[in-house]
Amino acid sequence: MEYEAVIGMEVHVELDTRSKVFCACSTDFHAEPNTNVCPICLGMPGTLPMLNREVVNKSVAVGLALNCTIARWSKMDRKNYFYPDLPKNYQISQYDLPLCHGGYLDIETEGGTRRIGITRAHMEEDPARNVHGMMGGGSGVDFNRSGVPLLEIVTEPDFRSAQQVYDYLAELKQILLYLGASDCNMEEGSLRAEANISVRPKGSERLGTKTEVKNVASFTQTMRAVEYEIKRQIRVLSEGGTIVQETRGWDAEKGISFSQRKKESAHDYRYFPEPDLAPVVVDEAWERRVRDALPELPAARRKRFREAHGLSAYDARVITATRGMADYFEAVVRVGADPKKAANWMMGDLQALCTETRVEVDACAVCPEDLAAMIGLIENGTISGKIAKEVLAAMFETGKHPKEIVEEKGLVQISDSSELEGIVQQVLDANPNQVEQFRSGKDQVKGYLMGQVMKASRGKANPKLASQILEKALRA
Amino acid sequence: MSAWHERRAHEIAGAVRTGAVSAVEVTRAFLERIDAVDGEVNAYTEVWRAEAEARAAAIDAKRDRGEALGALAGVPVALKALLCTTEGTTDCSSRMLKGFRSPYDATVVRRLRDADAVLPGKVNMDEFAMGSSTENSAIKKTRNPWNLDCVPGGSSGGSAASVAADECAFALGSDTGGSIRQPAALCGCVGVKPTYGRVSRYGLVAFASSLDQIGPLTKDVEDAALALNIICGRDPMDATSAAVPVPDFTASLTGEVKGLRIGLPKEYFTSQLGSEMREKVERAIAVLEEQGAETVEVSLPHTDHGVAVYYIISPAEASANLARFDGVRYGFRHPDAETVDDLYVLTKSDGFGTEVQRRIMLGTYVLSSGYYDAYYLKAQKVRALIRQDFDRAFAQCDVLVTPTSPTPAFRFGEKTDDPLEMYLSDIYTISANLAAIPGISVPCGLTSAGLPAGLQIMARHFDEATMLRVAHCYEQHRGFDPGKPPIARGAA
Ligand SMILES: [Zn+2]
Repeated sequence: MEYEAVIGMEVHVELDTRSKVFCACSTDFHAEPNTNVCPICLGMPGTLPMLNREVVNKSVAVGLALNCTIARWSKMDRKNYFYPDLPKNYQISQYDLPLCHGGYLDIETEGGTRRIGITRAHMEEDPARNVHGMMGGGSGVDFNRSGVPLLEIVTEPDFRSAQQVYDYLAELKQILLYLGASDCNMEEGSLRAEANISVRPKGSERLGTKTEVKNVASFTQTMRAVEYEIKRQIRVLSEGGTIVQETRGWDAEKGISFSQRKKESAHDYRYFPEPDLAPVVVDEAWERRVRDALPELPAARRKRFREAHGLSAYDARVITATRGMADYFEAVVRVGADPKKAANWMMGDLQALCTETRVEVDACAVCPEDLAAMIGLIENGTISGKIAKEVLAAMFETGKHPKEIVEEKGLVQISDSSELEGIVQQVLDANPNQVEQFRSGKDQVKGYLMGQVMKASRGKANPKLASQILEKALRA
Repeated sequence: MSAWHERRAHEIAGAVRTGAVSAVEVTRAFLERIDAVDGEVNAYTEVWRAEAEARAAAIDAKRDRGEALGALAGVPVALKALLCTTEGTTDCSSRMLKGFRSPYDATVVRRLRDADAVLPGKVNMDEFAMGSSTENSAIKKTRNPWNLDCVPGGSSGGSAASVAADECAFALGSDTGGSIRQPAALCGCVGVKPTYGRVSRYGLVAFASSLDQIGPLTKDVEDAALALNIICGRDPMDATSAAVPVPDFTASLTGEVKGLRIGLPKEYFTSQLGSEMREKVERAIAVLEEQGAETVEVSLPHTDHGVAVYYIISPAEASANLARFDGVRYGFRHPDAETVDDLYVLTKSDGFGTEVQRRIMLGTYVLSSGYYDAYYLKAQKVRALIRQDFDRAFAQCDVLVTPTSPTPAFRFGEKTDDPLEMYLSDIYTISANLAAIPGISVPCGLTSAGLPAGLQIMARHFDEATMLRVAHCYEQHRGFDPGKPPIARGAA
């Protein structure tokens, strides 16, 4: 029998705000344990939450970017459960009236564009973090993370493959980064993805029993875990077994998922409206303010870069990977550089230099105007493309203007015919055997001789002109 | 001239401000009074002797430097044990929080300090404010100064008893279903539950968040107005505190009620009300009529459902509010726990008293999946109807006048075996919490057994001014001196 996978995603995103969602503490939870805490986020008796409006702003922005309807009136609820990392033993969340609902996200994936339904996105507080194996094996709780704002984004069960899940997560992350809504650092837990996976006979409308895979450290691992789980479920069903509803963890090293927790049918969060907070009212004017401040989103930008700048789909995707990179590209093009060449330099040498030194393109020492100037120097023949690589490396290191570097290092291209003729003659004199070979019909030797010319000119020979002169000299 | 501990707060503040008496002298008078009578009354759970004297000395020094003193200069104010203070402990009269020190001061406590009040200590209450007799305290048994065999009411029983026995100039309590007004009535003092949102709840250890409100228990209406002037007003730390302007409540005490319409809700004057209590309330109404007020019968048709609604909503909220007392971070921690689940079960079973556990279970039950709609949701709908009742009634009248409590103070143990009987102590006070309106209890005479009776006046949202005006007018013209309880007379 042929099976089809049905997958829905729940993503928890830590919103990048300065202070926590219900108190004034800093959201920097990497500080010394229990230093960014106060009576409120410690859940001390008598304390009350105050909703940080910036959390609402960022949540509305994400909701709008995901084409959601923003609730004019929503409320916070208490989700009751006991756990040592939850100081009040209830989490302030949103239950039946989330801030955002009914949206979608179009993703580019295998077989083209696919629309993923966004069921809802709601605000809640992050619990603290249990720390095990400290002080002679004891456990402790670090409350720095307690009260960091979270947005939980839930999709419809619209995915049919692990690749689609991956492409969704990548697109979502890019949007969140564009919005400045989150730093999306998966290793630090600012983006946590959970997949609800079931399989069913192809053509069937009924959903199978689902399992939940969570606590996966990266998008690639998420994709692998989903892939594995789909195969596992199909195998169980094919062998006549049944799927147990449960939460499964992912062992990245062994590449297998494992049962973590059977779904207790009795788990009852006893949600009820949070009486300590007023309803969240986002009127039209507030929504409009957020909408007007939205940046151009990745999909729109990619489209524009293809259409207005003639970039390929691939280049457009790479160049729009981050908002900073896309802004940088536009700045380079704005001062007159050829878009295709600008993209190539950015994706090639500049990106390599940045990766090596772990710096973002838009934060490196080469400003867009200088990159454009460098491209200009190639175009007007001042330097060769090869020399340009050296120039760019120097620009990257010193932040100097390309012209300055070319002059300082004497890298101006040799385009003077008589000077080039002299160099060519030296090379021919030094390589009589190769000259003989060429003349006896081995054309490919010319490449070697050309390399010798470039070497003798220390790379400064105008390649086109040198090539012509060499050709002429060999044929003479 | 009466002793300082017998004086009203506004007299004390006036005298301290002018230098007629020092804050230290006043404070010592109260501390001596506590020494003299609290062994019998047992209102205080802790007395901050040295801190209070130091604070009083600082206030005197401030005056000596020529600085202006606050509205409560040198006035000793007792605090219900659930108000968070950096001084002393905040134990909510529970084993769970015995010895617990709060890292911060409640907003009302800060406001009292800013007004130059002196804080002599914490007073007893029903554990976590759950009860109507203060018998649910895990700390001690507070007695009614009018009859030491009787309860002081609750849950702010220590607040009421300390005021009645002159152990403080006034006290702060909290009122979730009558916890200020009922003990005030039973101890013969004035008690105000302000409009929900009038006073910041920041630093009030929560029982039922949508119902709790802090208020004063005082010796007269003028002191209540003075206290409200200090504690009312928007607080950025409490999202439910209202940004409604606070008038000068003392200025509203004109002594005039001419033309005011007084509503008498017929559902409050049924056979459940004993004839003696009814007679006291009717006489009080007659006093107000003599002063020119008009009376009109009104109906609050959903009154009968008040107690049921209250005992669904308040335990539901309490079950979440009290979940944090788990032995993990502060307070009582059971020593025998091996696992985390053990820690929760053992700590809660030993740390909380019977009534608190009963309400946590009740609240957990009504919020459970499958029961939520039938209980919690339905209760919220009926709560809306009760609110609507009051809106309609206030279209016909300016204030509502009722008894505060169906009975005067009862004997220890009389109602402890039957929680439902105890819950009915609050039938006249619960609705004001559900409707979020203000209510005040004013003494309206003594029963033949020599126990105080209380008159309740309720007003529109945020119209404490009219409520206080009526209460004050009645107080001025009631034609009798409520006098002092025997403990006050005997041990003075
Ligand atoms: Zn905090």
